[in-house]
Amino acid sequence: MAAPVNGPGTDPRAAIAPGTAIPTRRGTELLLLGFAVLITLAAHLIIDITVTGSPGTELVTFGIWFSALWLVAHVVVRRFAPYADPLLLPCVAVLSGLGLSMIHRLDIAGTQLGGDEPTSVDAPVQLVWATVGLALFIAVLVIVRDHRALARFAYTLALIGLVLLALPAVLPNSEINGAKLWIRFGGFSIQPGEFAKICLIVFFAAYLVDKRDVLALASRRVLRLELPRGRDLGPVLLAWVASILVLVFERDLGSSLLLFGIFVVMLYVATERASWLVIGLLLFAGGAFVAYQLFSHVRVRVDTWLDPFAYADTGGYQVVQSLFSLGTGGLFGAGLGGGRPDQVPVAKSDFIAAAIGEELGLFGLVAMIVIYLVLVERGLRTSLVVRDGFGKLLAAGLAFSLAWQVFVVLGGVTGLLPLTGLTTPFLAYGGSSLVANFGLVALLVRISDAARRPAATATSTPAKLTDAPTEVVQQ
Amino acid sequence: MPAEIVLQGFRFGFLILLWLFVFAAFRVVRADLFGGRAGRVASVPPRAAASRKRGGRGPRHLVVTAGPLSGTRITLGEQAILIGRADDSTLVLTDDFASSRHARLTNRGGQWYVEDLGSTNGTYLDQQRVQGPLLVAPGQPIRIGQTVLELRS
Repeated sequence: MAAPVNGPGTDPRAAIAPGTAIPTRRGTELLLLGFAVLITLAAHLIIDITVTGSPGTELVTFGIWFSALWLVAHVVVRRFAPYADPLLLPCVAVLSGLGLSMIHRLDIAGTQLGGDEPTSVDAPVQLVWATVGLALFIAVLVIVRDHRALARFAYTLALIGLVLLALPAVLPNSEINGAKLWIRFGGFSIQPGEFAKICLIVFFAAYLVDKRDVLALASRRVLRLELPRGRDLGPVLLAWVASILVLVFERDLGSSLLLFGIFVVMLYVATERASWLVIGLLLFAGGAFVAYQLFSHVRVRVDTWLDPFAYADTGGYQVVQSLFSLGTGGLFGAGLGGGRPDQVPVAKSDFIAAAIGEELGLFGLVAMIVIYLVLVERGLRTSLVVRDGFGKLLAAGLAFSLAWQVFVVLGGVTGLLPLTGLTTPFLAYGGSSLVANFGLVALLVRISDAARRPAATATSTPAKLTDAPTEVVQQ
Repeated sequence: MPAEIVLQGFRFGFLILLWLFVFAAFRVVRADLFGGRAGRVASVPPRAAASRKRGGRGPRHLVVTAGPLSGTRITLGEQAILIGRADDSTLVLTDDFASSRHARLTNRGGQWYVEDLGSTNGTYLDQQRVQGPLLVAPGQPIRIGQTVLELRS
């Protein structure tokens, strides 16, 4: 940012208002990170003792590894984003720690009780993925020193995003459980859609900052709604078509819903026009109706959502088991290690929220949701405080994408919404989702650092002014 | 299997631990909302911080100090003030360098922010080009083409 030219009578020293030696709050972050690690280790210990009677042998290595992970993250933030929001990282730590504990718990259940499906030991794998995610987190913080630089690569990122989104549809052998979402190579598979999401949010933010005046100001008033001109509908229709294509070719309800929701809300945030929400809802309703008529996999999802118990033995089995699981948990849960969360199919990834609901009960599940809420609140607050339009839209988009994803997943698990197959951010087993979401948080940390950083020019100007003897201040 | 009482202790102890974390997070959120509003204060231009200290209420008039409309005075209310050459602007400029919808002054909680609406030649607050919404302190000149405006209390 250029040093402000001082107008008549402006005293740069007045910028440092009394009592605002602006706290970086890194100490708070470290304390809360310690708390998060403590919670995770407590969960591990409780699970081991409850299920097997004694602490597991791998607890020590896990504890050291997990603590080191967050210590490194903290040091990197301290070094590269010293004014970042102190709550983002601890919330992520506690969520991923809770997820790791639940996956560990399901591992034990799988090996001990010999569940329905052959289970593997997934917690160490997930820990490795968390480490990879942390590497991405560090890379983003080190490379992206100013989030505004991202706006220059908006169209490149859009292209990358679209390619990533389209790749699984084109490639063969990308189908798991009926959805074509994965790229497989070697021994493992990645889900490029998770990364595409972030690329597209960056693009949306840059594009809408450019175009928001046209989209907001050129409008007709119909029935108390500011309707945009026909040709300005282009982008929203394009996003709609793209999400429909995802739905058709990859048979993925979740990504489709996620992308379209993010775009409509970012359009709304950029233009402050409620009409976009109405248009988005109408397009969504139309698309949903047509999809229901045309695609059998969508019809199955909707039918099992409307009456899961009628299809308890077929398509509704997952939801029914999930509901039983939540019901078993009740208010306070069965206690960690006390339930049978392995009864729900794919409990480690899609239904991890049901496992948490069973073992920690409503109170635990609500605590988890509140932690997500805090994470999203910090993102939205960053968006309010940050000074540039692109940063505002980007932070709002990233925060909303988290909220929207959690809402859609939990809606599916609890039977409020049709099941979509999105992953619960940070909690669920799955490398791509975890790594991509670490990248997302790195961007939020970067923007929040810019938002909370005291106007750097204000603190450095006095020194520079005394050094510069021949500066003429013009009236 | 450990004793039932231990299991119950684990069960509720962990929930309490989880909620303690949530409340610790809330405390940080609260400190941000009601404590030192560091992030906000830092972004306020110097004169604004000074005038707020004097405890004066918000500005009451918008005065044109230079340009063809010099001397025009608009009483400020709650509504936003649209400045530009368009006929429906609050302040209609007859300035060749102004765009038809040039800038907007909005009131948020008693403070006025100036915002450029994508004008061709830009809006300047104290010689600084307005990009995002900027807080306007009383007496701070806003320049649009040849017109200079300022807020007076």
